[in-house]
Amino acid sequence: MSKMHIKMTVNGQKKELLSEPRQLLIHVLREELGLTGPHIGCETSHCGACTVEMNGKSVKSCTVFAAQADGAEVTTIEGLGNPDGLHVLQEMFKEHHGLQCGFCTPGMITRAHRLLQENPNPTEEEVRFGMAGNLCRCTGYQNIVKAILAAAAEMNSAKEAAQ
Amino acid sequence: MIPSAFEYHRPADVASAVKLLAELGDDARVLAGGHSLIPMMKLRMAELEHLVDLQAVAELKAISVEDGTVSLGAMVTQHDLIDSEELFRAAPILRETALQIADPQVRYMGTIGGNVANGDPGNDMPGLMQCLGATYVLEGPEGRREVAARDFYEAAYMTDRADDEILVQVRFAATTGGYAYEKQKRKIGDYATAAAAVLIEAEGGTVTRASIAMTNVSDTPVWSEAAADALTGTTCDDAALQAAVDAMLADIDPQEDNRGPIEFKRHLAGVILQRAIARAFQRA
Ligand SMILES: Cc1cc2nc3c(=O)[nH]c(=O)nc-3n(C[C@H](O)[C@H](O)[C@H](O)COP(=O)(O)OP(=O)(O)OC[C@H]3O[C@@H](n4cnc5c(N)ncnc54)[C@H](O)[C@@H]3O)c2cc1C
Ligand code: FES
Ligand code: FES
Repeated sequence: MSKMHIKMTVNGQKKELLSEPRQLLIHVLREELGLTGPHIGCETSHCGACTVEMNGKSVKSCTVFAAQADGAEVTTIEGLGNPDGLHVLQEMFKEHHGLQCGFCTPGMITRAHRLLQENPNPTEEEVRFGMAGNLCRCTGYQNIVKAILAAAAEMNSAKEAAQ
Repeated sequence: MIPSAFEYHRPADVASAVKLLAELGDDARVLAGGHSLIPMMKLRMAELEHLVDLQAVAELKAISVEDGTVSLGAMVTQHDLIDSEELFRAAPILRETALQIADPQVRYMGTIGGNVANGDPGNDMPGLMQCLGATYVLEGPEGRREVAARDFYEAAYMTDRADDEILVQVRFAATTGGYAYEKQKRKIGDYATAAAAVLIEAEGGTVTRASIAMTNVSDTPVWSEAAADALTGTTCDDAALQAAVDAMLADIDPQEDNRGPIEFKRHLAGVILQRAIARAFQRA
């Protein structure tokens, strides 16, 4: 089957590649573009470890074809922060023990990032509901929720200070 | 989990999409949000040679409320349904239902058209659309036609839609009165073990009109006219509730599966319907 020419903007950089349409976005990100932040947990659309942002939506990249992402803007955990400059969410996950093995964490943080953009001041219940597509086998979620609420507070006070 | 190979098409309007489906024949399928189709393709339960992706068809993304009629383009997502204040005012049961589908990631991608066209008895929107008395607009090579949601479902994955037709729009009257979508699931993100959609209008504490539909307790959604009739003219007292539940139970035909045996599902359908009626009546 013929390959397709695919253009995407990934973490702000323009990328072009040849891909079979049936290739899943998660495989393109990890194998073609070397972005191994998003993980493959279940590969059956349930765990959310593969969550990335596509055109302003949180998506499970194991359930999106590369072809569908042609022309899209994609953000992965690599686009949010790096070891020299952690994103507030990354800082707060570290501070509040929002991770243990860390497998779910890139998906958690990428999803939480979108959630806080849509709802900068969520209640605990709204955080739990908004994170329902991401599973964690280690933490029991308590500290993930704490970390996200702390990040929201941090981001809001930074915004206020800037005004 | 790699699906079999296919060729990808991204038409820009409905006419081109219909033309593609007609040309490509049986081997082609429409791709909307992909959140029912892609999992099936990954399991190789569906193998297709062509996918016709509707993501670029702008006319299918329109939401409108005009003269008391709600119209939803097929590519309106579950997230859009939840997000729209206009829709919440016109038919709040839409948001209540959409919030109980899957999880946020799935709701950003999953569309109303895909949910109602899929034909999976586990999908929540078909039951809701039967409750609302919605009309589906289909477009094929011969033009457009309309089908009532109550006549659309034939069996699991079998609907009145022909292979070369695209479901373009869902339309229904804005609602007044009380509403509830009550769903029992094993965990968040799961399909219903049983769910009930209920609309009730009341005057002076007496039910003047009702509509009731059930999800995932037969191989199609079940609109139970008899259950609604059992409520009409009553004050929704215990006797009326029981009569409505009995009437509904006569209309459903659940099968045993990993969500439980038949007896359990019948019991649960009754509990869920009673809760939905109570909430809808209280809001009426
Ligand atoms: C983890 C998970 C949990 C879920 N839980 C639920 C749940 O609780 N309740 C629920 O209702 N759904 C649930 N879903 C399914 C989800 O809501 C799907 O998105 C939805 O059923 C299909 O919509 P789609 O846009 O993704 O369609 P697709 O997957 O793209 O298409 C589904 C089918 O419909 C056809 N189709 C799509 N659009 C059209 C059209 N306009 N005209 C003609 N044919 C069309 C396709 O060809 C395909 O056969 C879940 C999905 C996942 C992955
Ligand atoms: S790997 Fe995509 S949802 Fe689990
Ligand atoms: S930290 Fe281990 S899965 Fe979440």
